[in-house]
Amino acid sequence: MSRPDTAAALVTGASKGIGAAIAQALAADGWAVAVNYRSDKDGAERTVEAITEAGGKAVALHGDVANGAPQELFAKAEEELGAPVLALVNNAGVTADGLAIQMDDEAWDTVLQTNLTAAFRMTRSAMRPMIKARYGRVINVASVVGPRANPGQANYAAAKAGLIGMTKTIAHEVAKRGVTVNAVAPGFIETDMTKDVPEAVKEAVPARRAGTPEEVAAAVRFLASDDAGYVTGTTLFVDGGMSA
Amino acid sequence: MATATTPETVEKTIFEALPQFGVEESEITRESTFEELDVDSLDLAELSQIIEDEHGVQLKGDDVAKIKTVGDAIDLVVSRA
Repeated sequence: MSRPDTAAALVTGASKGIGAAIAQALAADGWAVAVNYRSDKDGAERTVEAITEAGGKAVALHGDVANGAPQELFAKAEEELGAPVLALVNNAGVTADGLAIQMDDEAWDTVLQTNLTAAFRMTRSAMRPMIKARYGRVINVASVVGPRANPGQANYAAAKAGLIGMTKTIAHEVAKRGVTVNAVAPGFIETDMTKDVPEAVKEAVPARRAGTPEEVAAAVRFLASDDAGYVTGTTLFVDGGMSA
Repeated sequence: MATATTPETVEKTIFEALPQFGVEESEITRESTFEELDVDSLDLAELSQIIEDEHGVQLKGDDVAKIKTVGDAIDLVVSRA
């Protein structure tokens, strides 16, 4: 089935990095994009501007996915873009690193809440317009961390591995309605989140370099497209060979 | 849009919604079980949303699990109005 003529995409945490690149890639593919941000309004507006200058349609959408009412975000996106949200990219994520033996409850809870629980709640709200339209695309931004170990990130690994499990089960539940649910698992990508990662780690990647946000966005763009209609419940690793 | 919630209007909403899930119109009666109509849990979840949009009555997961026949669904919605 083809994407309806008027269809919006909502990308969480899209003020910078991978989220911003995803928003731009989806807009370039004809989606009207809601660029969600929690606190970086300037960043979100820069993303919107980049999209509109390139001829696309976008609005900045303020909201903290970890502590808000998802339905309100969806309603606002639909109202401002004049189209139901038929693509959701759960990209918003935080880190609070530390060895498990020293990790406090807050560090654990915050990362699980933003990276996993929020993604679930957003996905649950997304199901209504998508099932009704008999068309939908949910893409969860997971990580190589989760399937693989990364000392100091037990919370992040749990949340990201959880996202992959959630992706598979929800994909099964809604597949017969033309709604696909997939994950992308970025490896080391050049963004704020990885700026302190030592060079030695990047040298260990088979591709011998970090990836770019655009390379992750290209994978999301594909999964959100009509071409990916038979792809569901899967995880696409964008990691330079790290997990192979 | 909220419609008056009477047994007749709820029956109409449900009878009209079920064919969307592949159910033969001629097979739908108050006594039909969702199982024999081949209506699964996702269909019931969607039916709940249609009922909520039409009648403003919210059916939760637990409620839906207890509904066996079309009549059960009608009665439950009317009781919650």
